[in-house]
Amino acid sequence: MGALVVVDRLTVSAGENTLVDELSFTIRPGEVLALIGESGSGKTTTALALMGHARRGCRIGGGSVRIGDVDVLSLRARQLRALRGRTVSYIAQSAAASFDPSRTILDQVVEPAVVHGTLPRGEAELKAIALFRELTLPDPETIGQRYPHQVSGGQLQRLMAAMALITDPEVVILDEPTTALDVTTQVEVLRAFRRVVRERQVTAVYVSHDLAVVAQMADHILVLRDGRMREVGTTERLLAAPQNEYTQSLLAAARPAPRAAGTAGTGSDVLLRVKGLSAGYGPRGRDGKPAVTILEDIDLELKRGQAIGVIGESGSGKTTLARCVAGLLPPSIGAMEFDGRVLPPALAQRSHDDLRRIQIVFQSADTALNPSHTIERILARPLQFYRGLQGEPLRRRIGELLDLVKLPSTLAERLPGGLSGGQKQRVNLARALAAEPDLILCDEVTSALDTVVGAAVLDLIAELRRELGVSYLFISHDLHTVRAVCDEIVVMRHGRKLAQVARADYERGPHHPYYEELARAVPELRRGWLDELDRARPALVA
Amino acid sequence: MTTLIHTGGFDRSAVRRWRDRLAHFGVTGWLGLAVIAFWAGAAIFGPALLSQSGDVGGAEVFAPVSAAHWFGTDYLGRDMLARLIEGARYTVGVAFVATLLASGTGTLLALLAAASGRWIDGTMSRVLDTLTAIPSKMFALLMVAGFGSSVTMLIVTAAIIYVPGAYRIARSLAVNINALDYVTVARTRGEGTGYVMLQEILPNITGPMLADFGLRFVYVVLLLASLSFLGLGVQPPEADWGSLVRENIETLATGGAAVIAPSIAIASLTIAVNLVIDNLPGRAARERGAR
Repeated sequence: MGALVVVDRLTVSAGENTLVDELSFTIRPGEVLALIGESGSGKTTTALALMGHARRGCRIGGGSVRIGDVDVLSLRARQLRALRGRTVSYIAQSAAASFDPSRTILDQVVEPAVVHGTLPRGEAELKAIALFRELTLPDPETIGQRYPHQVSGGQLQRLMAAMALITDPEVVILDEPTTALDVTTQVEVLRAFRRVVRERQVTAVYVSHDLAVVAQMADHILVLRDGRMREVGTTERLLAAPQNEYTQSLLAAARPAPRAAGTAGTGSDVLLRVKGLSAGYGPRGRDGKPAVTILEDIDLELKRGQAIGVIGESGSGKTTLARCVAGLLPPSIGAMEFDGRVLPPALAQRSHDDLRRIQIVFQSADTALNPSHTIERILARPLQFYRGLQGEPLRRRIGELLDLVKLPSTLAERLPGGLSGGQKQRVNLARALAAEPDLILCDEVTSALDTVVGAAVLDLIAELRRELGVSYLFISHDLHTVRAVCDEIVVMRHGRKLAQVARADYERGPHHPYYEELARAVPELRRGWLDELDRARPALVA
Repeated sequence: MTTLIHTGGFDRSAVRRWRDRLAHFGVTGWLGLAVIAFWAGAAIFGPALLSQSGDVGGAEVFAPVSAAHWFGTDYLGRDMLARLIEGARYTVGVAFVATLLASGTGTLLALLAAASGRWIDGTMSRVLDTLTAIPSKMFALLMVAGFGSSVTMLIVTAAIIYVPGAYRIARSLAVNINALDYVTVARTRGEGTGYVMLQEILPNITGPMLADFGLRFVYVVLLLASLSFLGLGVQPPEADWGSLVRENIETLATGGAAVIAPSIAIASLTIAVNLVIDNLPGRAARERGAR
C-alpha cells in the first residue's frame, strides 16, 4: 500500500528563473496522479523534487514535500540516499540510457534491494523473476541473464519498472516511460504498468505530455504550464469539462481534426512515381542486392498537390524510402519518375532543378539547423543557391518566408540555439519552402514536438499545401498525425508496403490486419479504452 | 535586417562568440593570457629595448643574479636576460608558425576526409597513421641530417610531426558533424564539397580545434626545446630556450640562474597556454575529441 504524498508550495528555481512556482497538491495512498504539460513546464522538475533532488544548476527554493510522515526536503544527504530507490523510486524515459550495458539485467534489477539491504540477493532474484512474470516479460526465468542490448526497447522499459518495484516502494515516479516507444509497443508497456500499479496499490506520479496515455493511467490529472498549476481534477472531469483555457487547447490538440485537403491543386497528373523500388545498405552482392535489404519492391504514385502519409514502426523502412526519393540512397533495383521524367538515382546525377524541386525536412530541428549559422543565413542560402537572389530582394524574400511560417522577422538575426523547438521546426520548413519545391519529404516533423506545438505545425503544413499547392510525402509513426494531413496512407512493415488506404476509407473497413492493429494501438482520449482492449485481447503477447 | 546578409551576419556572430568566450575567463585564464602577451611582447619588442645585446660576452662566467645581470650570466659571460629575450623569438615564433601549419593542415585534410568519400578518407587516414608510427625525435633527426638545421627546416619538421594528431582529432569531430541532418540538407540542396567543408562543418569544430591548437603549441615548444637540447635545433650563436638550458647545463649542480631562468621561461609559457585552454568554453567537447 502506498503512502500519502503532500506537496505544499514547492518552489524550484534555476538562477533567476523560477521553474516551479508555489505548487501544491496531494496524492492519496494508492492513487495515480498525472503531471501533464509541454516541455519546459516543470513537470520533470516537480517529479524529481519529490525525491528531494534538483538537477544541476537548479535549487529547491521553498515549500515542503511529505511522503507518509517524512519531510523529504529537510533530510540530509545520507537520509535522502536511504529514501531514494526504497521509499520513492524513479522510472526514466530512456531505459536504454539507464541500464549499464556491461552488466546483466538481473544484476542491475536486484541492485536497489541489495544496496538498501531489504532482501538478501537470492530472495531478491526470486522476487525479480516474479516481477518479470507480473510485467508479462517473455522467459521470466532467464531474461535476467541477458545484457541490455539483447532485449527490445519495450522490454527494457518494463525491466526498469521491475528494478523500481523490487524494494516495494511507497511512491513510484514514472517520467514519460512510453514516449520513446512505438505505438504498438507502447500499448503493451502501458498495460503491464497499469496492472502492477493497480495490483500493488502503489502511489504513483505519471509524468507525460500525452493526454491520451494519461487518461488510461491516472486517477487525477494536474496540468502544468510555466511551472504553475493550471488545473487539477479527476481524469473524468478534466477530460469531459476542462475549465482552464490551456487545458482546452491541450485537449483540442490531442484530438487532431482532419485538415482541409485543398482540392484546388490536386490534379490528375502524377508528380512522383516509384516503381519496384528496393534499397539497402552495405556492399552489393553478385545479384546486385545490397548486404542488408531495407526496402523491397515499393510501388507508389503521388499526384501533384497530394499528400501521402507513410506509417510504420521504427525499422519499417519509411525513412529509407524518403532517403531514396531525396537521392541520398540510390536504390538497388527499381526506378523513380518525377514529373514525367526519369529521376536519376544518385544525388550527383540529378540536375540543379531536380534538386530544387524535391526538398526534405527532418525530424529533429535541433540537428537540422546549423547551430553556428543565423536564421537569416540559413534561409538565405537556398535563395542564393537556386535563384541567385542578392541584396534587397533577398532580404525581402527572407521576410516573406518568415511571414509564411508565422515567425516574427526579429528572429532572423538569432542563432538556432535561441529558438524554441516549434520555432526551429518552422525555420526548417521555411528553408525547404525557400527553394519553391514541388514535393516536400517530411520525416517525422512533429514527433519531437509537444502536442500543442505539433498541432500548430500540422496546421501550417496543411495551410501551405492549400496556398502553395506543394505535395507532401509525410512520414510518421503516428496514425493520428498522418490522418490529419494526408489524402492517402501507405502502411509499411519490414520494408514492404502492406496496404494503401484513401482518406474516404479511413473509417470504413475492412483494412489490412496490420493497419487495424496500428489503428487500435493509438491511445484514445477517454477513460477505459485500455480496459476494453484488455477485454478484447486478454492474452498478452510480449 | 539592415546589414548585409552574408558577411554582416557572420562577423557579428563571430564577434559575439569571441566576446562570450572571453566572458567565461576566470582569474587563471586572464593570468595565462597575461603571461602569453608578455612573452609575445618580448619576442616582438624585447630585443629593441635591451640595453645590452646577448652577443656580448666577457663578463664573469655563470655570475649570480645581480643588478647588472638580472638573470646572471651564461657559460661565456653573456647576459642571460638578453639571451632569454632574444631566444623568445625562436621559441614563441617558430612554435607558433609550426603549430599554425600543423593544425591548419590537419583540420583542412580532416574536413576533406570527412566530407568526401570513403576512398579519400581511407587513403589519407592510413598515410597519416604511417607518419604517426615514426618516432618524432627520430624523424626530426632524419630531417636535420638530410636537410641541415635552419629555422624553416625546424618549422616544417615540427609541422609534419604534429599534422597527424591534429588530423585525427579534427576528423573525429568532423565525421560526427558530417552525419548530422543539416549537412545532409546541404547535400540534398546540391552543395559542393568545399561549401560543406568550410561553411557547414568548419564553424562547428573551431572551438575544440582552437583548444587543440593550444595543446599542440605546448607540444611543439617542448619538441623544439628538446631538439635544441640535443643540439639539432637552433644553431649557436643564436639560441632558443631549449638551447639555453643545454648550453648552461653544467651549472645545474650549483643551482645557477643561467639554467633555471630558461627552464622557468619554458614552464611559464606552457602552463600559461594550458590555463587559457582550460578557460575556453566547450571543454567537455574537447575532452571527448582529444584522447
